[in-house]
Amino acid sequence: MNARPARTSSSDAKAGNVTFLGMPTPADPLRWGPSFPDAARRELGNEQLRRNLGHATATIRAKRAAVVGEVPDWEALRDAGSALKTQVMDNLPELLQELERNVTARGGVVHWARDAAEANRIVADLVQAKGATEVVKVKSMATQEIGLNEALEEEGIHATETDLAELIVQLAGDMPSHILVPAIHRNRAEIRDIFTARMGDAPPDLSDVPRELAMAARAHLRRKFLSAKVAVSGANFGVAETGTLSVVESEGNGRMCLTLPETLITVMGIEKLIPRFQDLEVFLQLLPRSSTGERMNPYTSMWTGVTPGDGPQEFHLILLDNGRTRVLADEAGRSALHCIRCSACLNVCPVYERVGGHAYGSVYPGPIGAILTPQLTGEPSDLPYASTLCGACYEVCPVKIDIPSILVDLRAREVESGHAGKGWGAAMKAAATVMSDGARFRRAAGLGRAGRVLAGKDGTITRLPGPGAAWTDSRDLPRPPKQTFHGWWADHEKAAGTEAGSGTEPGTEAKPEPGTGTEEER
Amino acid sequence: MTDARTEVLNRIREALGSGSPATQGPVPRGYRSAGQWEPGSAGALELLVDRLADYKARVHRVAGDEIAATVARLVTELPLAGDAAETGSRGDVSAVVVPHGLDAAWLAGLPAGVQVVTDAPGQPLPASDLERTDVVVTAARVAIAETGTIVLDGEPGQGRRAISLVPDVHVCVIRADQVVQTVPEAVRLLAGHPARPLTWISGPSATSDIELDRVEGVHGPRTLHVVLVS
Repeated sequence: MNARPARTSSSDAKAGNVTFLGMPTPADPLRWGPSFPDAARRELGNEQLRRNLGHATATIRAKRAAVVGEVPDWEALRDAGSALKTQVMDNLPELLQELERNVTARGGVVHWARDAAEANRIVADLVQAKGATEVVKVKSMATQEIGLNEALEEEGIHATETDLAELIVQLAGDMPSHILVPAIHRNRAEIRDIFTARMGDAPPDLSDVPRELAMAARAHLRRKFLSAKVAVSGANFGVAETGTLSVVESEGNGRMCLTLPETLITVMGIEKLIPRFQDLEVFLQLLPRSSTGERMNPYTSMWTGVTPGDGPQEFHLILLDNGRTRVLADEAGRSALHCIRCSACLNVCPVYERVGGHAYGSVYPGPIGAILTPQLTGEPSDLPYASTLCGACYEVCPVKIDIPSILVDLRAREVESGHAGKGWGAAMKAAATVMSDGARFRRAAGLGRAGRVLAGKDGTITRLPGPGAAWTDSRDLPRPPKQTFHGWWADHEKAAGTEAGSGTEPGTEAKPEPGTGTEEER
Repeated sequence: MTDARTEVLNRIREALGSGSPATQGPVPRGYRSAGQWEPGSAGALELLVDRLADYKARVHRVAGDEIAATVARLVTELPLAGDAAETGSRGDVSAVVVPHGLDAAWLAGLPAGVQVVTDAPGQPLPASDLERTDVVVTAARVAIAETGTIVLDGEPGQGRRAISLVPDVHVCVIRADQVVQTVPEAVRLLAGHPARPLTWISGPSATSDIELDRVEGVHGPRTLHVVLVS
């Protein structure tokens, strides 16, 4: 994969003589940065990222395990969720038209968009028709995927992200690194600095206590909520049977956006459908427990078209393809569209935990990103190799997407098509590099806990769960032997020279932190 | 040029092919459609109280004739959360907003100094007025014990979505017989009127976006009182 230029904007990158090193907003949210192995090597040198990620993923994993463990019928819910999503894909044309009919009958306007540019054009036109130059936004993967904020900016419309983490990322001119906790690569002191330099109305004596930072964001956004004429959201679920849309959130910024402005524009991927209202009983159990590890998220909103006298009196729904029909055409990979964006697979992935979201070069990181991104773009990619095929992602997936099998399938196709130019062996090393780098990291940091990573989930995997078993039954996992790896790594380091040896590259260097001698307990 | 709708639908049909979907079949619904506790039973109520407290909602279990006194106490005595408590910028509670159709008896204990404003259809309060209101008192449609969730559906006594969102304190009164144990029981109840705007509330608003350090009370009401009547 070729390196792709980041969109550069001096106003984004600098303010008040302060630069916040991070991942600049890319021109293409699905394809940015260097190849996965190169990006992974860069990220592995970022100690702060590793520490934050280790803490975050371990914490959320434990919370998830606890609340999933208290549900006696969890597997039955997963079976239902999986079957429902399969049913949606099989009947997608009929269900989309049913949704369209019901939204329209309740006073909503339905638009269709073939790709990102078309969706962005529709939103910009709608906002301009209202005479607005500002919109408030609820966190939404779909609008990130299409680069909506940047497209609106070019039309003179400023979109304010209202989710706390997304606000941090936006103010820093950065990219999210996790689906659920997008600013997890930032520490509280950095966030204080970002707010002080960029927010415009941050209290001068703002401390780095999370509560104070959250209250600064509350005060900053409250005025925007009260004055905004137009809001833009995504949707977690769209009910074909009733035309009901749903947004699941925690902070109340979603409720603000969905309730206070006069006009609401919702961008929804065509795969977000569920057939019947009653099916919410399955997904509203699966999603919160898988995502934040809560029994239920603080706020879930559901609305059906326009409710006279309550909430936005103008409602637009944009149904987005942008590569989804390409994924649908692939029978083996189709189930990637079942994803409900819980991010459980990120938190259990040994590769993600070490490299973080930025290494994947897509708004969809982690195991689900490794199968979804290449299928959405239809372009050659080394992302299918960003995995050890340990199978943990399948085990936690609330809709039972068999990510390991799809990864294997995508790898096979890369090889068959001749696109795996670097070859099977070299590409496999992408994952091996990541997994083995723990030892390198600890040597460098003098922590002396070598062995944990190599003896961990990637150690000896002989059998994959589920359908992947058929594959592993007939062959060993193609992980290079330890000796071979060390030889390879030595060569690789030599070839990469000082750039890789220093563990950092310009623009990605983490601020050194005191007290790096301890790793978060897990 | 083909319009986007036609083209997307064509792409989908092409992607799916003409073959019969091999996966078609009834959706397995082996999950629980109800719990072990009857709606309103002691077991369901105990579970709800436990789960609400776990998410930092403040629960008050009262008898039917104690509602007015409890609401009055909460409105007049409650310490305000967040900014107001820290800066003292707000002063005493003076304004309460209620939806039209709220049981007037619930407000009978409020002292004369407290101004009660009713948000009625056709006369919605502007958001800026709601911003200056300290407390909202509402009823609810249903509560889910297992998840510590209360659901509002916008009917009389519950009101527009904005009124339970902008004020900083939400006092929600729930009758015991409105408490079900499981999510499916609640969804099937709500499915009777699916087009009503629904707000599911599980504790006060919260964020864990900064180093996973949980902060209760971001944009929604920072304090949630649940008055459970049995």
